Amino acid sequence: MSVTLRYFAWVRERIGKTEEVVDLPAELRTVGDLVTWLAGRGEEYAHAFENPKVVRAAIDRSHVRPDTGIAGAREIAFFPPMTGG
Amino acid sequence: MSPRHESLRKAATVTIRLQREDFDAGAEAAQIARNRTDVGAVVTFAGICRDHEAGHGVAALTLEHYPGMAEEEIARHVAEAQARWPLLGVTVIHRYGRLVPGDNIVLVVTAAAHREAAFAAAAFLMDYLKTRAPFWKQEQRPDGAAWVDAKEADDAAAERWDRPSERDAAE
Repeated sequence: MSVTLRYFAWVRERIGKTEEVVDLPAELRTVGDLVTWLAGRGEEYAHAFENPKVVRAAIDRSHVRPDTGIAGAREIAFFPPMTGG
Repeated sequence: MSPRHESLRKAATVTIRLQREDFDAGAEAAQIARNRTDVGAVVTFAGICRDHEAGHGVAALTLEHYPGMAEEEIARHVAEAQARWPLLGVTVIHRYGRLVPGDNIVLVVTAAAHREAAFAAAAFLMDYLKTRAPFWKQEQRPDGAAWVDAKEADDAAAERWDRPSERDAAE
């Protein structure tokens, strides 16, 4: 499955990319699986996801939890806790 | 409510904008009740960039956002506020980009027939903007740039709206 990954704030800075299109292994089922897989892609990813509980995710522009399934997702975003307002 | 009054009811005036440009809080507050006479209460909240935070100076703020999701997430919370309170108008404007102390950051204006709904909805929307809208602040401090950490107090403020007692009290 091909999906666009987008990164924001310090997640973006640590990974060094704003977005990328990746082919995901079929065995990845949840957001949490994807985080574990990403963290193994290199030092910059390991740094971004060193504390996976802190990083938040959205699928197709809606907040999701680590146990949310990723099947059918077109865009998955990762970012720190939000600090707007 | 009489049938005649019912027939004159106007749809709520909803405005959501994300922009680099400044906004005029007074003009936005006046606009929300323009061309309607059913509004009895307007609450305006403006968030402003300040020059200090937790003991250090702040020379500037840079606000990053997730285009597309930010608008959708704000719209979801405006709809939720409209479901909870009888609002006649809601305006949310959130700026992004580089801001310096004294600059406007965010504006929430709520209009209702009575003040309780307007006050509660404005607080609800601000609490959710702080914790759920995809914006991130980076501060320019004397020792360099640093991303602002999320505050537990903000999470607690947002979570209070999920408690049944708050919902009942607000209705």
